[in-house]
Amino acid sequence: MLRAPGGLSLRLDVRAVTVVVLLLLAALAASVVLIGTGDFPIPAGDVVRTLLGDGNAGQEFIVNELRLPRVLVGLLVGASLGLGGALFQAVTRNPLGSPDVLGLGQGATAGALVMIVLFSGSAAQVTVGALVGGLATGLAIYLLAWKRGVHGYRLVLVGIGVSAIVTAVNGYLLTVSDIVDAARALVWMTGSLNGRDWEQVWPLLGVCAVLVPLVLAGGRGLRMMEMGDDVANALGVRVERVRALLMVAAVLLVATATAAAGPVGFVSLTAPQLARRLTRSPGPNLLPSLCMGAALLVTADWASQRAFGADQLPVGVVTGVLGGVYLLWLLVAERRAGRI
Amino acid sequence: MNRLSAENVTLAYDQRVIAEQLSVEIPDHSFTVIVGPNACGKSTLLRALSRMLRPSHGRVLLDGHVIQSMPAKKVARTLGLLPQSSIAPDGITVGDLVGRGRYPHQGLLRQWSAEDERVVREAMARTGVAELAERYVDELSGGQRQRVWIAMALAQQTPLLLLDEPTTYLDIQHQIDVLDLCAELHEEQGRTLVAVLHDLNHAARYATHLIALKSGRVVAEGAPNDIVTAELVEEVFGLRCQVIDDPETGTPLVVPAARKARAAVATEAS
Repeated sequence: MLRAPGGLSLRLDVRAVTVVVLLLLAALAASVVLIGTGDFPIPAGDVVRTLLGDGNAGQEFIVNELRLPRVLVGLLVGASLGLGGALFQAVTRNPLGSPDVLGLGQGATAGALVMIVLFSGSAAQVTVGALVGGLATGLAIYLLAWKRGVHGYRLVLVGIGVSAIVTAVNGYLLTVSDIVDAARALVWMTGSLNGRDWEQVWPLLGVCAVLVPLVLAGGRGLRMMEMGDDVANALGVRVERVRALLMVAAVLLVATATAAAGPVGFVSLTAPQLARRLTRSPGPNLLPSLCMGAALLVTADWASQRAFGADQLPVGVVTGVLGGVYLLWLLVAERRAGRI
Repeated sequence: MNRLSAENVTLAYDQRVIAEQLSVEIPDHSFTVIVGPNACGKSTLLRALSRMLRPSHGRVLLDGHVIQSMPAKKVARTLGLLPQSSIAPDGITVGDLVGRGRYPHQGLLRQWSAEDERVVREAMARTGVAELAERYVDELSGGQRQRVWIAMALAQQTPLLLLDEPTTYLDIQHQIDVLDLCAELHEEQGRTLVAVLHDLNHAARYATHLIALKSGRVVAEGAPNDIVTAELVEEVFGLRCQVIDDPETGTPLVVPAARKARAAVATEAS
């Protein structure tokens, strides 16, 4: 453990910064490898050269037009889910208070299904539908659970209830749809990065560019809220305002990510937990969670392509397996080291 | 004029009214203790004084301003609170927790200064937790933990400090320990302290100003020696007792009447 002489907060910060840098490097490395993976493998060196604008025409097309947007969507979706999950978990003070458990993903799915099944909507309309579905679910949970602030378990239970209802609606929509729409819906519901292009990158990038700085600035108040609303209030945090702002931001992040890539499971639940265990630092660990989400999603996408061939296995399945196993391993290792 | 006061406040949770038309002055540089039976509204009053609860009528004034209208961080630099419900985050060290008390003095661009460092060290030395700085808060005993929370409130460097039942769940030695610390802070640093205490004898021994509440109104206030009498205790707590001089400090000491004596009076009355 790094210890700066006389530094009270520095000791933890150094470790957190190291974790962030390493995760960023891991995410970038995985991205480069992922861009090089596919029916036309490209060596990592060529990928980097092409990205820097110095490749041949063929590689440039494959890298910049076909594979880069997909990887960027992966990075942004992972980052949004990681950050959104960290916000939810910090506000509810409960790891189960993740968007996955609360049914935001199912809500977005319902919105997408309505567009696909009832209106046979275009891809853009489906995206909008998913966004609206996610936001509406977030709002419903807010209205049902927000009595005098969020109480962790109350929110989780309400979320599970909402999630069950929405899942039932989704099942109903699938049964009434005709076979073509149902196939399209199923593809969407598996949560994958297949065929993502620049059209998905820009809105994601825009949302992240606005929300990430905003959220990171509000993160200091969130860190105080960890000690209970009263302590945070006493320290001069406007608890209700900070909480409302951060929850809206979290719902927007998760809904946009889901609209872009479908409901990718487990990232928002595991990324903050993994990040927290790596930094071993209290607090919401917002930036480490963001980097962890990005690294996790891109690595999962690469692993699924490597192991099962291109576009065979949706990335959501792999994030679940990879993230879940890694988290279990960390928990076991922590217990052995006596840190639990 | 005193720095902190409540003027004709009505305090309520949703529809449940706890107190109406309640006015309280906290004398500057006093160690004020609020006492009263369970559910008399003493913690509620403390919550209102520390702006955790907005009065439905009336106002709480801090330095002549309505407390809710002041910038949150400015209030936090003037008035500190040790609430009953505080959660120590997983895996936080004592030094880091105490350091969080500096939040109202920091901004987005000025996050940690030499001054913060000095104040945190002083707060930890003051509360006797300096040697625990590197330890995890979850490993500490209840008494140590309470000292750490007090250290965090001290690091906030507020001239006014409010404590909500700071001795609850502590054994007698640690109760006295915490109260001694409060008395020191009051006497040596001239801070104004306001505490809610359950134990009337502790209150009478440590307070310089006592406020006795019953059903949301002030029954008596003043120096313990002037106001604590057998009649007052009977009126406020419904308990027959004798009040004698504390052999150690000369402050009032409440000795409940024996069970048989109380039973005899009860039969006589009926």
